[in-house]
Amino acid sequence: MSHKEDLALMAHLMRRAGFGASREDLERFVAQGYEATVEELVNPTEDQPGGDMATMLRYHPSFLLPGGTPFSGQANWMYQMVSTKRPLEEKIALFWHHVFATGNSKVDNCDQLLVQIQMFRDYGLGSYKDLLIELSKNPAMIFWLDNNENHRDAVNENWGRELLELFSLGVSNYTEVDVREASRAFTGWTIAPKPPRQPYGRFSWKFDYREEDHDDSEKSFLGEVGNFGGEDIIDIVCNQPATARFICRHLYNFFVADEVQVPAWTIEPARDEEALEQMMDIFIESNYDMKAVVKFMFNSDFFKNARYSKIKSPAEVVAGTLKMVGEFQFPEPGILNIGKEPTYMGQSILDPPSVEGWQTGSEWINSGSLLARVNFVADRVANTELPGVKKILDRMKADGVTTPHQLIDAAAEHMGFLELSDETRDQLVANVQSDGDLNWADESAAGQRVGETMALIGATTEYQFG
Amino acid sequence: MTSTKKDPVIVVLQLTGGNDYFNTVIPYNDPLYYDNRPYVKYEQEDIIKIDDTYGFMPQMGPIKGLYDQGKVAVINGVGYKDSPRSHFRSMDIWHTCEPDKVGTEGWAGRVARELDPNKENVLTAINFGHGLPRALAVPGVPVAAIADLSTYGLLTGISSQDQRAKALDLFSRMYSPTVGGSFVTDYLRSTGTDAMVGADIVKVAPEQYSSTVEYPNSPIAMHLRDIAQVYFADLGTRIFYTQHASFDTHAGEMAGHPMLWNDVSQGIAAFFEDLEAHDAGDNVIMYLFSEFGRRVHDNGSGTDHGAAGVSFVIGNQVKGGQYGEYPSAKSEDLEQGDLVPNYDFRSDYAMLVEDWFGLDSKPIVNGGFEKLPILK
Repeated sequence: MSHKEDLALMAHLMRRAGFGASREDLERFVAQGYEATVEELVNPTEDQPGGDMATMLRYHPSFLLPGGTPFSGQANWMYQMVSTKRPLEEKIALFWHHVFATGNSKVDNCDQLLVQIQMFRDYGLGSYKDLLIELSKNPAMIFWLDNNENHRDAVNENWGRELLELFSLGVSNYTEVDVREASRAFTGWTIAPKPPRQPYGRFSWKFDYREEDHDDSEKSFLGEVGNFGGEDIIDIVCNQPATARFICRHLYNFFVADEVQVPAWTIEPARDEEALEQMMDIFIESNYDMKAVVKFMFNSDFFKNARYSKIKSPAEVVAGTLKMVGEFQFPEPGILNIGKEPTYMGQSILDPPSVEGWQTGSEWINSGSLLARVNFVADRVANTELPGVKKILDRMKADGVTTPHQLIDAAAEHMGFLELSDETRDQLVANVQSDGDLNWADESAAGQRVGETMALIGATTEYQFG
Repeated sequence: MTSTKKDPVIVVLQLTGGNDYFNTVIPYNDPLYYDNRPYVKYEQEDIIKIDDTYGFMPQMGPIKGLYDQGKVAVINGVGYKDSPRSHFRSMDIWHTCEPDKVGTEGWAGRVARELDPNKENVLTAINFGHGLPRALAVPGVPVAAIADLSTYGLLTGISSQDQRAKALDLFSRMYSPTVGGSFVTDYLRSTGTDAMVGADIVKVAPEQYSSTVEYPNSPIAMHLRDIAQVYFADLGTRIFYTQHASFDTHAGEMAGHPMLWNDVSQGIAAFFEDLEAHDAGDNVIMYLFSEFGRRVHDNGSGTDHGAAGVSFVIGNQVKGGQYGEYPSAKSEDLEQGDLVPNYDFRSDYAMLVEDWFGLDSKPIVNGGFEKLPILK
């Protein structure tokens, strides 16, 4: 492989496993090797801190406990996506947020949603079984799916049903009786009494197990019989091949290539059955170790060959662009707005439309959202004051980028080694050709031309893919 | 429709955050108002009386002006059963007409789909503000979202006119249909073209606009002026949607609530004055709603989330006056300390959908609901 090809592959890995990387970082990663970089992503070291929360809170204390206001909670998370040195930790949290979709629309408590996201960071790459247990005890989830209303003498099936349908087995792999029995096993898993909000404000929610409200009698679940509690249900669920298939298909859809929408999974075959089965084998052999599956996936040929086969989610567009232009490495003014940007493009983070999460792939695109995507990217990459854009300009100047062909190729490279179709590339070249070669003697004019060229590349259909 | 009768148009103004109904249309003779509101109340002498029992809060003078002309319908006790008292859930219910499950289609988006089934006009429905409210979101229905009309468009950051024209030309070529593209790429291209066409069409609106009416300098007045501009430009837009926020007055209500209504009332008055000045008011109605009312008893500084609220319909084609019944504020009649809704919000929508747009409301509002005879 040529050095450029190595860089392009690394850019692909960093886009999927994180939110992109600068040219400098890509070169460092290529020097250390692909597999070593996967290892670093999966097992970040002490000197790779997450987003600098201490600094953020010094400037924006309301971001820690945003209460019912989603904007500061969204800004909190977006800042961490942009500034973290452990990108896969944020990406896997976003993945689980897509799957275990919990929304402020009902929870009305972003403090608790941020606690849930932190739980995804902490457990998201560990054992899937442990993660499900943590999820069952997560106060935001308990409230979101009414398990606090699930009592020994009055069963509420909301959590029990979604656990099976959306979080593990997938539809058609269980019966209504299984839903009922699973729900009974989770009776008594509730949140500690919440003091009323007035007059002292919000109190943090806590998981509470109430033995007296737990139905300890015999249950029959997926062919097994016993006095099951919640952990037993999760054990049994994890032993089903359907669960391995469902979770691996989610991973494939999120990290590798766009699948059909989840409700169609029972009727439509997988996009790559062989890849899916390989992932399932690892998932089962490793005893549901997310790290093992994710590592296998990133190192696989099917992953390496899947460049630009996904429409970027709004969170990826925003975080990826901000990283590229070097904004919000520090909680600078304007940070409150960055959490809202994905909302304008149709993805309100911390507030998915329902427990089914977002429809992904081409569903991200409508005329309003496309305009928002194109303009958001253009306004930033064309701003030559931004540190990341400055770096790109310096690099282009040092590399002697001059002719229209060189300009288009270099700009596409700096924007993540974007692969343009011949047709698009020709149109872009023709567009800059009329103004001739770049003249670096007039640095500001050259910078402006490069910025506007990058804005146009951000507006291509190709750039909507990641 | 003949050319002499113009197509009906609606402006939806959403009062986001939960407007305090008890402090908007006030039962000013009722001792229960004063008992329940030791701190968060308007003084009797400041309330603008509309009859012997009820009055508008003091900043609604401009709306009272329209009310006196018989152009304002006040609909009392609006809401739905078992209010969750969560902003977002409640707004979702209002937007999707689904109180019992999570809906995916917005009612106004469904109206747009009925009005323009072949998607001939990418501007049939426009939201003025950032993003799309769920009320307008229906898969496959193009809806424009305009945060600021004067700067709306594609690649507006490119400052040089020539460069931008070149950029747009390039964009239109890059997004033009091709043979042999994938489904996703084809879809991207047609959507990009729709977006650009919409932005291109709508830009004539501010250029063509001239008016003697001065709008106040508030965000809602700016949105309403943008709406007037697009409406006067005759681009075929039938649904204009916008919002003003935040009516979530848990604290400091007596500072915030008057300012909010001041901005809303002045903006609405300017908008209708503008319509009259252009002799264009006969086929426009405005609908105001909020996701819920607020707790009857104040909390010392503001009021908490409640249930029943008030909606308004304004326009030349409205039979003005008060409709429905003001819910009882007696403590034994309250639910969790809140006024109990006695009129389903979907009845409002059914009235708008059927009596204004002439469409079948059942598939749009998810069921049959009795309507009030509010429109002429």
